Amino acid sequence: MAYISNKEIKKIIKNNKLEIKALEKKNKAYSKDDYITSMKDDNNVVEFEELKTYFYTDNGVVKAVNGVTFEVPSHSIVGIVGESGCGKSVTSLSLMRLLQGPTGQIVDGSIRFKASDGVVYDIAKMPLNKMSSIRGKDITMIFQEPMTSLNPVFTIGNQLDEVSLLHNNYDKQQSKAHSIEMLKLVGIPDAEMVYGKYPHELSGGMRQRVMIAMALAAKPKLIVADEPTTALDVTIQAQILDLLRDIQKKTDASIMLITHDLGVIAEMADYVIVMYAGKIIEKGTVMEIFDNPLHPYTVGLQKSKPRIDGNSNEPLFSIPGNVPNPINMPSYCYFKNRCKNCIEKCNGEYPKMIQVSDTHFVSCYYAQENNSKDN
Amino acid sequence: MFKYIVKRLLLSILILFGVSVIIYFLIRLMPSDYFEKQFSSQLASGAINMDDIIEIKKLYGLDDDSFMGIVKGYFSWLFKALSGDLGESFIYKRPVAEVISDKMWISFAISGIALIFEFIIAIPLGVSSAVKQYSIQDYLVTILVMVGISFPSFFFANILIKIFAVNLGWLPVSGQTDATIDASTISTFQYLFGNFKHLILPMVTLVVLSIGGMMRYTRTNTLEVLNADYIRTARAKGLSERKVIYKHAFRNTMIPLVTTFAGILPSLFGGAMIVEQVFGIEGIGNIAYNALKQGDIPFIMGYNMFLAILTIVGTLFSDIMYAVVDPRVKLGK
Repeated sequence: MAYISNKEIKKIIKNNKLEIKALEKKNKAYSKDDYITSMKDDNNVVEFEELKTYFYTDNGVVKAVNGVTFEVPSHSIVGIVGESGCGKSVTSLSLMRLLQGPTGQIVDGSIRFKASDGVVYDIAKMPLNKMSSIRGKDITMIFQEPMTSLNPVFTIGNQLDEVSLLHNNYDKQQSKAHSIEMLKLVGIPDAEMVYGKYPHELSGGMRQRVMIAMALAAKPKLIVADEPTTALDVTIQAQILDLLRDIQKKTDASIMLITHDLGVIAEMADYVIVMYAGKIIEKGTVMEIFDNPLHPYTVGLQKSKPRIDGNSNEPLFSIPGNVPNPINMPSYCYFKNRCKNCIEKCNGEYPKMIQVSDTHFVSCYYAQENNSKDN
Repeated sequence: MFKYIVKRLLLSILILFGVSVIIYFLIRLMPSDYFEKQFSSQLASGAINMDDIIEIKKLYGLDDDSFMGIVKGYFSWLFKALSGDLGESFIYKRPVAEVISDKMWISFAISGIALIFEFIIAIPLGVSSAVKQYSIQDYLVTILVMVGISFPSFFFANILIKIFAVNLGWLPVSGQTDATIDASTISTFQYLFGNFKHLILPMVTLVVLSIGGMMRYTRTNTLEVLNADYIRTARAKGLSERKVIYKHAFRNTMIPLVTTFAGILPSLFGGAMIVEQVFGIEGIGNIAYNALKQGDIPFIMGYNMFLAILTIVGTLFSDIMYAVVDPRVKLGK
């Protein structure tokens, strides 16, 4: 982090305050006509368009998500990969409108979501209090840290019932029955007993199952799983992933799976979105991304995966260099300084997304040129 | 649980023994001497001489100030205390236990009501300041309570007296009852109200002085809890912000607050020395202050042991409360 003088920090803070105020004013001004829209493709559950989420920190504006466009088709698993800080979690938090205000703000773009009442909402423009009818009902979320994601002073049953009481219009008895049914669905033995337990009496894997049960209780259309297996050990990881896939098949929910583990993506996802420094650099079906990666970053990511069949004497490949400073991003391709395939054009403005096939998109001059040569 | 409580009570016997040793030695080493003060005029006029005073002290077992003498004095106090006799107060000429049980209720009334107000005001203020962190309300409340904390109690009490008793004349300056009231000629209600008027200013003083600490403590705890992952989970469930804060956050905020319960018992019955002094209330704090000034050894011992027992019971109570509030805490063995 570059050194910033006190004077500059004061200037930044002042500027941030003004911008946040302007944004809040803008958000308040949105009326029903603004946030009720229609989907581009009715087959999609959610469509992100040019979403921009910034964090107004005292060191400057961090463009955590900087113009992201993708969609999650119904009955599918969409994987979002990228290294730490590339904006994958912020994308999901923007969708849930769970950003830490006032620093975190959705600045621009839209998130179109078809709720179960048949109306298409633009979540990015919706007032927050309306959001609670979608949150936890149509879109639910599974968090990274099962150890701390459950409230320690309430029983599992209490926390599960809350969802049914709130969204399913069940009474207490029905909620209890439904909660126990959900616990059974996620493979918890002795569900009746676990229902009365406190979170600290369960293991990490069990707690994550409870979180999944909670996410399923209101029959959502979209489940956002933010690195659901990162905090678990490997054997439990496999079980949880199996469970998620199983559940996706049983219910008709789509899953937005956020991870930095390419193995998980390869195993689970139908579509893959590769993010780097707040932008999508490549997206396509799993086959396309794994068999024909076009962006040098995607290629690098796959090379840096440990292989059991490879030559064990070779050191693990790593992409040289670091992610650029999120404050004051350059105007050229963010990956340029780490890329070994740089060409003349890379010094120009940030590359546009180009379509390679029906589903495969990439934003890279080198890939563009190579591709056009092939055709 | 039962086993735990029994164990703690047995342990507290040891603690009380240690406390009594320390207090007794400190008192005996204090320069203030009740008998010399009491007979100073006779001593000056020559009616009695120093030998007579030593003779009187011998009667009370206080003549020998050497180490062994103090040890002997301590054990004679201890054996008497164990048989339930805390001795007779020098200045009040009544058994110590009787004086304490007589005077503690007025102190209890003042600090009890003040405590209720403290909780009612400080906890909601702390929670709302945390929820609206860095807002104008947050800053304003913080500044006001900091001003409250920073006032010395005697100073603030005197300001209140100046404004409400002297300038505005709404409330009495000090004392417990109006001098003009004749209890036999008026109804009980009027008598009570007349008395209650006297307790308002001391209560206000106590509340204003103690709100700050409690409010800041609640605010810090709430802030910490609001950033917890389970609060994000609660929001992600679609719960209303009210429910998120008052159901999911509040229970967790209360857990560290239980620690303060330890201090509640002694502060309820122990009296507020300075405030009672300023407002001329015959509470236990005021009585203890006078006893301390005049070297009333039996009363000081009795009062301090009373405080020690209250503290121990209070701590035990707060430990048990932990287990009630936080399911992760198990009191065992």
